[in-house]
Amino acid sequence: MDDFFGIPAPLLFGQLLLGLINGAFYALLSLGLAVIFGMLNVINFTHGAQFMLGAFVAWLLLNFLGLGYWWALLLAPLIVGAFGVVLEKTMIARLYKLDHLYGLLLTFGVGLIIEGLVRNEFGSSGLPYRIPPELSGAWDLGFMFMPVYRGWVVLVALVACIATWLVIEKTKIGSYLRAATENPALVQAFGVNVPRMMTLTYGAGVALAAFAGVLAAPIYSVNPQMGSNLIIIVFAVVVIGGMGSILGSVITGFGLGIVEGLTKVFYPEASATVIFVVMAIVLLTRPAGLFGRA
Amino acid sequence: MDRRTFIAAAAASPLAASLPMTGARAQAANTIRIGVLTDMSGPFRDISGPTSAVATRTAVQDFGARGFNVEVVVADHQNRPDVGVSVARQWLDRDGVDVIVDVPNSAVGLAVNGVVRERNKAYLNSTAATVDLTGAQCSPNTIHWTYDTWMLSRSTGAAMVRAGGQSWYFITADYAFGHNLQAQTETFVRGAGGRVVGAVRHPFPGTTDFSSFLIQAQASRAQVVGLANAGTDTINSIKQAGEFGLMRRGQKLAGLLVFINDVHGLGLQTAQGLVCTETFYHDLNDATRAVTRRIVANGAQANWPAMSHAGCYSATLHYLKAVADMGVAAAKADGKAVIDRMKAMPTEDDAFGRGSIRADGRKLHPAYLFEVKAPGESRGPWDYYKLLQTTPAEEAFRPLAEGNCALTR
Repeated sequence: MDDFFGIPAPLLFGQLLLGLINGAFYALLSLGLAVIFGMLNVINFTHGAQFMLGAFVAWLLLNFLGLGYWWALLLAPLIVGAFGVVLEKTMIARLYKLDHLYGLLLTFGVGLIIEGLVRNEFGSSGLPYRIPPELSGAWDLGFMFMPVYRGWVVLVALVACIATWLVIEKTKIGSYLRAATENPALVQAFGVNVPRMMTLTYGAGVALAAFAGVLAAPIYSVNPQMGSNLIIIVFAVVVIGGMGSILGSVITGFGLGIVEGLTKVFYPEASATVIFVVMAIVLLTRPAGLFGRA
Repeated sequence: MDRRTFIAAAAASPLAASLPMTGARAQAANTIRIGVLTDMSGPFRDISGPTSAVATRTAVQDFGARGFNVEVVVADHQNRPDVGVSVARQWLDRDGVDVIVDVPNSAVGLAVNGVVRERNKAYLNSTAATVDLTGAQCSPNTIHWTYDTWMLSRSTGAAMVRAGGQSWYFITADYAFGHNLQAQTETFVRGAGGRVVGAVRHPFPGTTDFSSFLIQAQASRAQVVGLANAGTDTINSIKQAGEFGLMRRGQKLAGLLVFINDVHGLGLQTAQGLVCTETFYHDLNDATRAVTRRIVANGAQANWPAMSHAGCYSATLHYLKAVADMGVAAAKADGKAVIDRMKAMPTEDDAFGRGSIRADGRKLHPAYLFEVKAPGESRGPWDYYKLLQTTPAEEAFRPLAEGNCALTR
């Protein structure tokens, strides 16, 4: 058996694969953040709470309406996205003209309120949510035992990332959006309803968070603080990728997942810190992020 | 009587303007006030929180009326020692609280310990895990009721080895609590003839994915994977261990700090086969079933009592017995005297049966090693555990001499 720096090769391959899987979550979450920041210039600190809501809506659908995982994958993003639309219409839309800080404070506060309400209603120790039977089980890859569900997560996350990127970069709607970010007044003058477009963009970003939440429900504890645990890392991913850069956040998400996975083998104690070390280095050398425009 | 009713009473009878005051005073002098200081909004809400308040009220109800009034007040310490200390001060200095109960979170638990001692009131800690409450920081005003890390690691560590789990691998939260729990458990595992084949430390807080650590544990081929972490970390570890098939491939998972509420949150499908220690389970005998029915009926339908809640019940009941024994006036005047009286009286209640309290403030009762049932074996709501081993009361907790408590020197 070959060793790399004293680590058996099978273990290393396993960790690389796991890193990729975690990277899929980072990519999916940071994608939503990047879309919202890129188009609306709002740093959406409610993202973690919306991710959590996605998982809770999946649980509610299952336990009150008997709708399983596949329905949840479709409905939860729509429901939470609609909630996002309401939030944007009633509150966030008023802050576009102000400093970033106001949007940050508002979304942070709303996130805390949502988390508190959910905790009051459902307690803190979490709710059970099972892996759908079609995706349970595992493959024996020889070097590791690979749960089918994790493979599914990577696949779905990749598809969602590519689809979002295509919509924004290659479609007419996407070009309107990008134009509206550059010069909203001009785009409005051409007869495009810019405020509505902003609202829907926010809704779509939120829906992506909820989608990730449903994907996470079977493997992470479904509890009120599940989003806040993940969201700080995701923010670091967005900063490293370059605020607002779609492609940047996707590539960085997967890349950092792998970096983190390797750290977990060589020096596990630092695995939560390594992403922030990378962030510090990137900010020192390229303040706009790896893929950002200065 | 609070201020509003006092004002209402005073306004209603101008003639007796001075009477309500003396009435209120007389009433306050004849009232024992119990403060449940707990986590209503954070990660320990389910293992303490509302169900602790309900359990305490159930104890008051079971105690019945014996010539004095009992009031229960509840506050949220938000897992912040500063908040815990300021609530405790306000309660003891201004609001006439005589005894503080529950207090999850070791940092808050230790901070409140100092305040209660300073004010010479009584402190019945049920839910903090730190063994220091009866060791370096023991206090004549404190009883540590339900469990501690020494008891957990001894029961889970030694009993697991006896049950055939010879080789261990640890997944440990990288902070003082995790390190201590691992070190203590290792001692018991080795002492019982087992061996430790490896360990990995995961960052705390901030770890949501444990799969890397789990496949390292899997690769170690240890018979038992010990989880020296708590709360969400433990839940995520167990959930993902199920996903990676650790238990299906013959490894046993041992949670060093797991409550029945965590098992409820995981669901039996995921948690089955997990081994853990508690000092109370609702289905141990007729008495535990009866007390659980009362607590659940009083408002804990959604979150049944774990050992921590049973501890609040048992501690409150014993405290009230001691108060009745020595008289309300004497009890209100001297918290240490009540604690001394509690130590002198044998304990007996539906939750823990017969027991006793040691000079260092350690409440003694048996510890039970449980295995989580498979979904097919569970016959009713919260029917989750089967009993594997019982450690008798006199062996379950750290020996008096090893604690180095100043009260016993």
